[in-house]
Amino acid sequence: MVPNDRKYTRDHEWVMVEGNVARMGITAHAAEALGDIVYVELPQVGDETVMGESYCVVESVKASSSVFSAVTGTVVEVNEELDAAPEKLNEDAFKNFIAAVEFTEINEDELMDAEEYEKFCEEEA
Amino acid sequence: MDELKKTPLYEAHIALGGKMVDFGGWALPVQYSSIIEEHKAVRTACGLFDVSHMGEVFVIGKSAFDYIQNLVTNDITTMTPGRCRYAVMCYPDGGAVDDVLIYKFSDERYMLVVNAANTAKDIEWMKMNVMGDVEIIDESPLWAQLALQGPKFEEVLKAAGYEGEIPAKNYTFTEGNTVAGVNCLVSRTGYTGEDGVELYCAAEDAMKLHAALLAAGKDIGLLPCALGARDTLRFEASMPLYGHEMSDKINPVECGVDFAIKFKKPAFIGREALMQPKTRQRIGLKVLKGLAREHMPVLMNGVEVGFTTSGGPAPSLGGNYAMALVPADCPEDAVWTIDVRGRQLPCERVELPFYKRA
Repeated sequence: MVPNDRKYTRDHEWVMVEGNVARMGITAHAAEALGDIVYVELPQVGDETVMGESYCVVESVKASSSVFSAVTGTVVEVNEELDAAPEKLNEDAFKNFIAAVEFTEINEDELMDAEEYEKFCEEEA
Repeated sequence: MDELKKTPLYEAHIALGGKMVDFGGWALPVQYSSIIEEHKAVRTACGLFDVSHMGEVFVIGKSAFDYIQNLVTNDITTMTPGRCRYAVMCYPDGGAVDDVLIYKFSDERYMLVVNAANTAKDIEWMKMNVMGDVEIIDESPLWAQLALQGPKFEEVLKAAGYEGEIPAKNYTFTEGNTVAGVNCLVSRTGYTGEDGVELYCAAEDAMKLHAALLAAGKDIGLLPCALGARDTLRFEASMPLYGHEMSDKINPVECGVDFAIKFKKPAFIGREALMQPKTRQRIGLKVLKGLAREHMPVLMNGVEVGFTTSGGPAPSLGGNYAMALVPADCPEDAVWTIDVRGRQLPCERVELPFYKRA
């Protein structure tokens, strides 16, 4: 089930906004498509992210995939747990964020809610 | 996907929920359940792979022995009927046409099992180099090949009602065996670093054989396994993959398959070139943090000296590894890194193979 407490991108990332901080991760759909995730190349606190550009690389057994930022800003927190346990993204992608970004720019119109995202996934399949 | 070639087991892959991909023009599954689960099943119990895309090329005629001796790097003099041998077919410059597994039926009848993507190229090369009384016959479409790999493979065969002799020694094969009424050639070979067999049967019998083995293995921990696990297994066991560790630009000496190159043999295609001092070697690297894949720059003491040929996780060992082609003379205390998207990943040089079964 896609949680309705956050927004989604067309690249299968989720973003949860609180004040001027966006907590971001990948969706269960993305994790499922990637297969067994074996490494997450995390950003570092202080890194700048740009809306629509890669801020993280998720490595599955077979492939490397970029994770795109929904916002422009500065990384203020990263989920270090993924460093030792990248498989957490397979286990529960919605519970495990990748990074939190204090943002200066976000385009909420581009983001989908849970219902829209579910429809988007169906149409893509 | 429609234009892709299908193996006789295509319908089985779909029914098992295989995630289908284009693998060198073939529609094959990359995984069914999870690559890591499938990998571990092979190491601890058993896995069943469809490798019907592999090519089966027969060499028949009075000159078959002499012809193959000239064609490949290994020596087939000591092969008796019922034996298999790994060898490399080279160009005169030493570059590899392909690596092959030779099955001997008699002095006048051999089968070469070749890489799927190379089948057409190999046959062309084999025909170009015909000498004496020999015929090259491509039987690939007639055969299905299943690989049953893992410590419990014998248990699975027996549970499937195997009738016949299981080849006792590695690199031997037996004929006229039956499983579920299907006639099979069975060889004690594989590409996983684990004990096991490969079964060859008529293409039209493949579905029956596959279903019988899956059913028999259900309570033994057998999983259907796909290309993803096949690659992690061979990678972890550091077995070369054509197009990666060996190619027309990476010769078998550089690849380090010395056991399959017999310079005592007076002549074979590529011999002179391969006898030159080797300038490059294949080494193993454990990636201490991060993950590298193929074709990434490899640095020794901060200077780029080579590239990775394969890289990824080693699920049974834990951690990420890479094989790399680097200069033949590298100091023992060299500091190794791999450049991944501009980041220098620290590595430790380790012995090949990464994984060796106990």
